[in-house]
Amino acid sequence: MVWRAWRGRRIPLAWLLLTRQPMRLAVALAGISFAGILMFMQLGFRDGLFDASVTIHRQFDADLVLMSPRTISSIGMAAFPRRRLVQAMADPAVRGITPVHWNLLLWRNPETRTTRSILTLGFEPSDPLFIDPALTRQAQVLTQRGRVLFDERSRPEFGPIAERFRAGEVVETEVAGTRVRVEGLVNLGPSFGADGNMITSRETFLELTPASSPGSIELGLIRLEPGADAAAAAERLRRLLPEDVRVFTKAGFEEFEKTYWRTSTAIGFIFTLGAAMGFIVGCVIVYQILHSDVSDHLPEYATLMAMGYPLPSLLRVVGREGLLLAVLGYLPAYAAGLGLYALVRSGTRLPVYMNLDRALVVLVMILVMCLASAALAMRRLADADPAEIF
Amino acid sequence: MGVLVRGLCHSYGRGAMARQVLQDVDLHIDPGEVVLLTGPSGCGKTTLLTLVGALRQVQQGSVRVLGQELAGAGRGSRQRLRRRIGMIFQGHNLLRCLTAEQNVQMGADLLPELGYRARRDRAREWLRAVGLGDHLGKLPHDLSGGQKQRVAIARALAAEPQLLLADEPTAALDSRSGRDVVELLRGLAREQGCAVLMVTHDPRILDVADRLLRMEDGRLFGSLAEAVG
Ligand SMILES: Nc1ncnc2c1ncn2[C@@H]1O[C@H](COP(=O)(O)OP(=O)(O)OP(=O)(O)O)[C@@H](O)[C@H]1O
Ligand SMILES: [Mg+2]
Repeated sequence: MVWRAWRGRRIPLAWLLLTRQPMRLAVALAGISFAGILMFMQLGFRDGLFDASVTIHRQFDADLVLMSPRTISSIGMAAFPRRRLVQAMADPAVRGITPVHWNLLLWRNPETRTTRSILTLGFEPSDPLFIDPALTRQAQVLTQRGRVLFDERSRPEFGPIAERFRAGEVVETEVAGTRVRVEGLVNLGPSFGADGNMITSRETFLELTPASSPGSIELGLIRLEPGADAAAAAERLRRLLPEDVRVFTKAGFEEFEKTYWRTSTAIGFIFTLGAAMGFIVGCVIVYQILHSDVSDHLPEYATLMAMGYPLPSLLRVVGREGLLLAVLGYLPAYAAGLGLYALVRSGTRLPVYMNLDRALVVLVMILVMCLASAALAMRRLADADPAEIF
Repeated sequence: MGVLVRGLCHSYGRGAMARQVLQDVDLHIDPGEVVLLTGPSGCGKTTLLTLVGALRQVQQGSVRVLGQELAGAGRGSRQRLRRRIGMIFQGHNLLRCLTAEQNVQMGADLLPELGYRARRDRAREWLRAVGLGDHLGKLPHDLSGGQKQRVAIARALAAEPQLLLADEPTAALDSRSGRDVVELLRGLAREQGCAVLMVTHDPRILDVADRLLRMEDGRLFGSLAEAVG
């Protein structure tokens, strides 16, 4: 089969048409790559935002999570009675619980004296909080009042906290008007909702937020016995607990947060629209290029028809030109996408990585873009009349 | 086989605007015969050529080319027939983005049963036969008018046509290279047993014809071959 196809191959007309006009090819490839890069960036930002919105959520050591029904997202956490979490202990599958206080507080940059809001978690230092055991060990230093753990991946606007701490300095600043001392560094990562994070004990947290009541929490972590069915346990707790609390599985908890950013804000729409713009711009460019290419070569196509080449074989030449443009334009877009993602990661600390899904989505978009434009440009071929060339 | 035309009429435009260009044309060409067609500008020579070349729908009369009736023939069957007809145009109509060799191979590529290499070798042979063995890799842009016309001849012949139609193939050439091209064409066509119908205004090449036809106002007048030869 392969041998026969190889033997039966013909002059690669589409390839020669493109490569023997290097200027036109360069313009086409620049346009396609530009469209591809735009799509990579927009979709990357979109997915990165949704992923980043749950950077913290992912790291909690929990199988089930309790939140207030009034909570809409991590930037608007409402309180619910801490009793509910204790009540959950009644279920035989529940192995342990961790009540967590959660709020956005104002952090004063010790260098510039400006304030910025930081996500603050308060918990009992002896309770497990995060999956990473290193964090749990470090939590012991929080038993002293006014001590906090600072997320070293917080945005630089909070001040050179990590650098100064590592240099052995005593780093102190104000949070919500109260003096705190950084007693350690953790590695969590910022999200769209929070530019930085800090962790403190329940006691210190209540000092920082005198308005919040000690009997209420924003987040309840529940760990189940090994091998327990999380969905079934969640269902039992929903029946057991009153309406003033909602039960999530860990995956549901992450999805809840992502859904907020996806639906309650225009962010997802804006980035998808941006990607669509790239698609349309690419379509216009490729169509222009292919249309003028076909128009310029109309007498030559007519000559081929006069020689006995069937029209479909000429349409395939245009189609192949589209396909070649798509592949040749995709490769630089992919490479540039990798580079720009690295830039975004270092510039914004958003977790934007190239993944197979997105690479395929953009490839398919570029293919559709080029082939649809080729199909439109093919209509021009209908004007090639072999009777007119003598 | 060959060409047999009976009572062919053709007009452009419709209704009141219709203008008859060919009137009751009768014509026959035997295989291997070289026929030259002359006549004043606008008398309908090119129109006759496009009808015999299956490029245009026959309106009235009968046109049998290589054993196939073209009156009432559809697009598809006309396209298939064209594979067996070589055409050489006034402008050479080479593909600008292909080298001389690749242009000729576009003709050879129409032969279905040959492998790629065989078709390429054939293209090279034909280019050598028209005296362009040293210019295989040149683009049309880098060839002279006469060289381009010879590439076009090689391309037409590479598809092994049984009928060759040429419309003023020497128009763009000086008399010397014009004559070379036509003699080459005749020699190669003879070798292949291929019938040739050539339109020309060039009085210096009339003697290559087996038969000469003259057209005036859409009517064809008989052979003048004796008168010239
Ligand atoms: N596509 C067309 N539509 C309408 N009229 C046409 C068309 N092609 C040719 N004609 C007309 O038909 C007549 C014959 O044209 P044709 O091209 O056959 O002449 P010709 O003998 O080849 O002339 P020349 O020697 O100048 O090439 C001319 O009057 C021309 O104007
Ligand atoms: Mg003419």
